[in-house]
Amino acid sequence: MNIQVIIKEEENLIRGFISGEIDAFTAPILREKLATVQQKENLHTELDMSEVSYMDSTGLGVIVAFFKNVNANNGHVKLTGLSPRLKRLFDITGLGEIMDIETDDKGGNI
Amino acid sequence: MPQEIERQYKEILKQYVTRQTEQNLYAGQNFSRQLIQKNIAPDEVISIHKVALEEAFPELPMVVWNSFDLLIEMMIRYGLAHAEHQSLLKKQEELKVEMDLAANVQSTLLKTTVPQVDGLEIGLVSVPARNMNGDYIYFLSDNLNNAGVAVSDVIGKGIPAALCMSMIKYGMDSLQDAATDPKKVLDVINRIVEKSVDDDMFISMFYGRYNVEESIFTYATAGHEPALYYNAKQGEFSELHAKGLLLGVVANVSYEQHAVTMETGDFVVMMTDGVTECRTDEGFIEPEIIMSLIHSLRDETAQTIVDTVFKELEKMQNFELRDDFTLVIFKKTS
Repeated sequence: MNIQVIIKEEENLIRGFISGEIDAFTAPILREKLATVQQKENLHTELDMSEVSYMDSTGLGVIVAFFKNVNANNGHVKLTGLSPRLKRLFDITGLGEIMDIETDDKGGNI
Repeated sequence: MPQEIERQYKEILKQYVTRQTEQNLYAGQNFSRQLIQKNIAPDEVISIHKVALEEAFPELPMVVWNSFDLLIEMMIRYGLAHAEHQSLLKKQEELKVEMDLAANVQSTLLKTTVPQVDGLEIGLVSVPARNMNGDYIYFLSDNLNNAGVAVSDVIGKGIPAALCMSMIKYGMDSLQDAATDPKKVLDVINRIVEKSVDDDMFISMFYGRYNVEESIFTYATAGHEPALYYNAKQGEFSELHAKGLLLGVVANVSYEQHAVTMETGDFVVMMTDGVTECRTDEGFIEPEIIMSLIHSLRDETAQTIVDTVFKELEKMQNFELRDDFTLVIFKKTS
């Protein structure tokens, strides 16, 4: 039960690399890390989740909160490298329809 | 009492100073446990040590006695920290009692009655992983023609989730009409929830309504686990999918609604992710295992099916639920 979050700021793009499990225990760590991202107009963000082995609904809550924040400032959130299990989670919850998601098999956006 | 302690300590000290065996050290360890139980502060312990030493070896030089006074002074803080720790433990105990009370209030407040309509059996099991349940079931029925059920999972646990549930309950209460379309139900609740919850809190909900006259099960979902439909004639399961976003993310969502006609022996299995995301030490319990378990119970009553599935899955997880577990079955019996 561990998580690693690395945030890299490039010009107008924030890249996040998340690895490990996102559950009720580790979600607060992810929330804290994402909270360090300075919100500003038209912010582009990309979260690489290819090393995330498990995520439950608490983790989903953190991602949604981040998405809502960035969106409120006309920014954009893209999630990449989702495993089939994670992809299913986003599809079932309907979030796949409103978020920019790329799966692990380098398929197109949805 | 302190005199008794001093006497005992003197004895232990004397033994150790003369022999220095493991056994004497062990006696000291056990004694410290007693001191903690009796709430003796660290600075008092050193005082006891000093007194005992003075009596046994009065000839020791003055520097030794003076150094003890400094040490005692220094340990006073530790004593205070210890006292603080004790009072926190007590407070925690009080909070636990309050949580238990709140959980009781929650279950009374959110009580819902299982509908009774002709030709339909309803089975329900809902077990929280900890003391507050994050899953919520609400029945909306006229006990004649329509039996509706909302199966929901509030994301964000504990007290905020419990408060959120009363919001759902009163939203549902306001609907009154059991013939309300599922997509309309979700739309109403979404509007209420979206205005009122935090950014990282949301709710998934499946709403299904069985109509007795037409034997039709109509459903819509807001980001919830798809229900399973068991077709008795074909002996097969299929998933009941419908598009729809979680409640509380966006204000305006249009929910899809679908319907299936039920034949005798058919049933619908509605659940929360505590069922589908069951994990053992070896990994996830595959949905096929759950389906074949339900299939083997297909001729039982709806309540027997849900109870047995719960018991089996609990066993597979070593009787340790990681998430709240809710299972509802609507089974057409005639």
